[in-house]
Amino acid sequence: MFKFIVRRIIQTIPVIIGVTIIVFSMMHLVPGDPAQIMAGESAPAQQVENIRERLGLNEPLPKQYLSYLGNALLGDLGNSMRSGRAVTDEISARFWVTIELAIYSTILAVFIGLIAGVISATKKYSPQDTIIMLIALFGLSMPNFWLGLMLIQWFSIGIDLPNWFPFINDTSWFKPSGWGSFQQIVLPVITLGTGSAAIIARMTRSSMLEVIGQDYIRTARAKGIKERIVIYRHALKNALIPVVTVVGLQFGGLLGGAVLTETVFAINGMGKLVIDSIAARDFPVVQGTILVIALLFVLVNLFVDITYRLLNKRIDLD
Amino acid sequence: MSDPVQMMNKSNSVIKPSNPKTKKWIDIFDKLRKNKSAMVGAALIIFLLLVAIFGPFFSPYSPNTQDMLNKLQPPSSDHWFGTDNFGRDIFSRIIHGTWITLFVGFSSVALGATVGTLLGIISGYYGGRLDSIIMRCMDVLLAFPGILLALAIVSILGGSLVNVIIAIAISSIPIFARITRGSTLSVKKLEYIDAMKALGASDRRIIFKHIFPNITSPIIVQATLYIATAVLSASGLSFLGLGAQPPTPEWGAMLSDGRNFLYNAPHVAFFPGIAIVVAVLAFNMFGDGLRDAFDPKSKE
Amino acid sequence: MKNNTSKEYENILEINHLQTSFFTKNAEIKAVDGLSFTIPKKKTLGVVGESGSGKSITSLSIMRLIDNPGKIVGGEIYFKGEDLLQKSESEMRKIRGNEISMIFQEPMTSLNPTLTVGQQISESYITHQELSKKEAKQKSLEMLKLVGIPSPKKRLKQYPHELSGGMRQRIMIAMALACDPDLLIADEPTTALDVTIQAQILDLINELQDRLGMGVLLITHDLGIVAETCDYVAVMYGGQVMEFADVKSLFTHPKHPYTVGLMKSIPPHDRDVEGDLDVIKGSVPSPVEMPNGCRFAPRCPFATDLCHQKLPNIETDSYGNQIRCWIYSDEWDGDPEVNVHAKTTEGTT
Repeated sequence: MFKFIVRRIIQTIPVIIGVTIIVFSMMHLVPGDPAQIMAGESAPAQQVENIRERLGLNEPLPKQYLSYLGNALLGDLGNSMRSGRAVTDEISARFWVTIELAIYSTILAVFIGLIAGVISATKKYSPQDTIIMLIALFGLSMPNFWLGLMLIQWFSIGIDLPNWFPFINDTSWFKPSGWGSFQQIVLPVITLGTGSAAIIARMTRSSMLEVIGQDYIRTARAKGIKERIVIYRHALKNALIPVVTVVGLQFGGLLGGAVLTETVFAINGMGKLVIDSIAARDFPVVQGTILVIALLFVLVNLFVDITYRLLNKRIDLD
Repeated sequence: MSDPVQMMNKSNSVIKPSNPKTKKWIDIFDKLRKNKSAMVGAALIIFLLLVAIFGPFFSPYSPNTQDMLNKLQPPSSDHWFGTDNFGRDIFSRIIHGTWITLFVGFSSVALGATVGTLLGIISGYYGGRLDSIIMRCMDVLLAFPGILLALAIVSILGGSLVNVIIAIAISSIPIFARITRGSTLSVKKLEYIDAMKALGASDRRIIFKHIFPNITSPIIVQATLYIATAVLSASGLSFLGLGAQPPTPEWGAMLSDGRNFLYNAPHVAFFPGIAIVVAVLAFNMFGDGLRDAFDPKSKE
Repeated sequence: MKNNTSKEYENILEINHLQTSFFTKNAEIKAVDGLSFTIPKKKTLGVVGESGSGKSITSLSIMRLIDNPGKIVGGEIYFKGEDLLQKSESEMRKIRGNEISMIFQEPMTSLNPTLTVGQQISESYITHQELSKKEAKQKSLEMLKLVGIPSPKKRLKQYPHELSGGMRQRIMIAMALACDPDLLIADEPTTALDVTIQAQILDLINELQDRLGMGVLLITHDLGIVAETCDYVAVMYGGQVMEFADVKSLFTHPKHPYTVGLMKSIPPHDRDVEGDLDVIKGSVPSPVEMPNGCRFAPRCPFATDLCHQKLPNIETDSYGNQIRCWIYSDEWDGDPEVNVHAKTTEGTT
C-alpha cells in the first residue's frame, strides 16, 4: 500500500510539470506580442518595452520557463497587471470562497445523489425509479448557468410566483449575489450541485443494481436479516466504492464549473477572477488562477485514487 | 439462476442474415428500436436537424431585425417566446441558433474524436515509449477540470465560435484517446492480429482494416454523449462572452443577454435555456440508448 | 427463539408438486415443474442432476429466495409440518438462517468483501437470538472452532479476501450452522474447491450433521459424493424428479434410464462436468422447449411413441422409492423384457 502511494505520487510529478508548461505557454501562444496586448494597443512603445523587461520576455523561452517554475515553487506567480498586487494575493483572497462553494455543492450532490440512487435501485422499474431517473437526466442536461438564473428569478426575485416557502415571507430572502451568509450560499450551491447530484444518482443506481445481483447479497438474505439491513449494511457499502471515484472527480469538476456559477451569482471566487482577468487581459492572474485550480484538481485525483485503493481491498497491486 | 432466462434469449433469435458484421448492426438496431430513451433522443435529434435546416425558411421574423418599440415584450401570439432588449423575436433567434449549436457540437466532437482516436490507436498499438509519452500528455490535458481547459484555450485564441470549436475539440481529445487505447489493447491481444502480422500485413492495414472496425462502438457512444457535453460547454463559453459574439443568435449568448432583464423580462433568459436543455437531453438520451444497445450484457 | 410448538412431523422437509417458473414478456419458463421429494428427520438427501435441471432453483424455492422474474407458482413445501409457501415474508425471515440455512456453491463470491468474518457470522446471532454484539462475537468464535478453523480469534477480524477458498467455505458453514438449524441446504458446496479440500468440507458437514442432528439437502452433480454422504437420492432432470430412492437401492438397482446413464458416466472427481455427460447423448433440454412427453425421451435409448407424447406419472413402490418412467408402468408399449442396464453403454469411450 505504501509503495502504491509513493508510486502514485511520483506519477503525478510529470503531470504537474506538464500543467505548468501549458500554463506558462499560454502567454506565448497568444497571437501577437503579449507585452503589447497587456499594455493595450495604444500604449506608448516605452511602456510596452517596460512590461517586456519586467516579465523577462526578452529571455529565451526555456530560461523564461525555468524562472517561471522557480518563482512558482517559491510562491511567486507574478503581479497582476490591473491591481499591481501579487497574483498569489489576488488568488488567496478568493481561494476559500471557491473551495467552500465546491465543498458545499459536493455535500449536497452526494446527499441527494445517494438517496435518489438507492431508492431508484431498490425500487427498480417502479414509477419512483422512472421519475428519479428522468429528473437525473434533466439535471445532467441542464446548463448550470441557466439553472442559476432561473433560481434567482424564482426564489430571489419571484415575480408572479406564489410563495414557495411558507416559512419565508419575503421571496427575496435568497440573495442573488455575493457569498458568505446562508441566504447567499443556498442558490449557488444548488446551481453547482445539481449536475453532480444527477451523475452521482445514476452512478449509485447502477452500482447498487450490480451489487444487489451479487452472491453475497443472496447469502445475506439467506441469513434471514431484514431487507433494510441487506440494502444498507451489505449492499450500499460495496456499491459506494465506485461511487467514491465519481464523487472525487465531481468535486474537481465543480472547481471548473464554479467559473460559471460564480459569474452568475457575482461571487468573488477564483472562477470569476479568471473571467474578469481574461476580459482585462491580465494574463499573469489568468495563468496563476488556472494553475492553482488545475493543481488542486490533480491533488484531489491523487487523493481519490489512494482512497479508492484503500477502500477496495480486493484490487491487487498490479 | 439466470440460466433459463439466458436460454430464452438464445432460442428466441429470429432468422438473421449470414454476414456476421451486418448481423451485429441489425442486432444493435433492433435493441435500439426497443429502447424508449434512445428513440425519444433520436426523434429529438431529427427534430433539431429539421429545425436547423428548414426552420430559417419558416421563422416568423429575421433573427437580427430590431424593433425598439417592441422590446422586452412577454410571450404573445405575435412573439411566441417574446422579444429581447432590442425588440428581436426570440423564437426566430432560437430557430436560427439551432444550426450553430448543432454545428458546434458535431464539428468539435468530429475533430476531437478523430485526433483522439488516432492518438489512442497509435498509443495502444505501438505501446512502449510512444504510448507513455502520448498518455502522459493526455493526463496533463485532463488535469484541467471541466470547462477550464476550453476556457484557457479560448482565452489564448480569443473569443469566437471557431475558437470555441477548437477549444472543445482539444478538451475532448484525451477522453477519446483513453477509450480508444483501451479497446485497441484488448483487440490487439486477439490471436488473429498476431496471425496478420506473421503474414506480413502492414501496420497501417492492421490498424485500419482489423483494429479500427472492432473498436467503433465505444467511440460512437462516447462521441454521441460528448456532443451533449460540447453543446453545454459551447453555450457556457458564449455565456461568459468568450464564444459567439453579438449579434449572433447563439443560445448561450442570448441567455447571457437575458441576465440583465431577469427582473422584468425573465423570458429572455428562459427560452434559450430550454433550447439548450432540449439539445443536450437529445444527445444524452440517444447516447445512453446506444450504450445499452452496444452492451452485449444488456437484455432487450 | 425457535418455535417448538409446531405439529408432529415425520419428515423435516416434504415437497409436493412444486412449480417454479420464470416469466419473460411472452413466455413462462418452467424451471421446476411438479417436483416432489421428502427428507426424513436427521437424514441427508442428495439431489443430483446436470446443470439446468432445476436443482438450484429448487433450493432457492425452499428458502423462498426466488427473485423476479421468477415465481413459485404452485405446490407445497412442508417444513416441520408447516407449509412454507403459506408463510409471510417476515415469518420466512425468522426461518431463514435460523431453522433452515444454506451454503452456496461459490465461497469466493458468497461472502461480503466489506465486512469482517466476525461481523458476518455475528449477524445471525444478533438477528435470530437477539444477542449483544459481544455475546455474538463469543458465539462466533466458538463456531469457528467447531468448523475447524485454525487461529479463530485472528480470523474473526479478517476480511474474506484474506482467506483461501476452503477456509471461506468453512466460514460459510459456520455462518449457516450458527443458529443450529433443523435443515441445511448445501448447494454444490464443494464444486469450486480443490479435491483434498472437497473431502474435508464434506466430512465436516457429515460430522456436524451427526452432532447437531439436522436434515441436509445436498445438491450436487457428482454421484460419487452422493454415494459417500447421502441417505436418499433424488435424481433430477428437466425440473422434475426422475427417480427417488434410498442410496443403497439406487446404486445397486438404478431403475430410470437416466439414472443408469449417470452411473455409467460417473465423472472423475477432480473436475467439473458441466453440460453433457459422455454416455448420455444430447444435452439437457432448454426449459423453453421442454418436450411434451417424458422430459428425458429425446435422449433416452428406450423411448417409444408413448414416451414422446405423454408425461409419465411418478409411481411409488412398497419401499417408498419413486420412479417417473413408462417402462415400469402397465401402459408400457415397448419391449416388455427391456433391460435398462444393457443399452446405454454403447456410447462409452
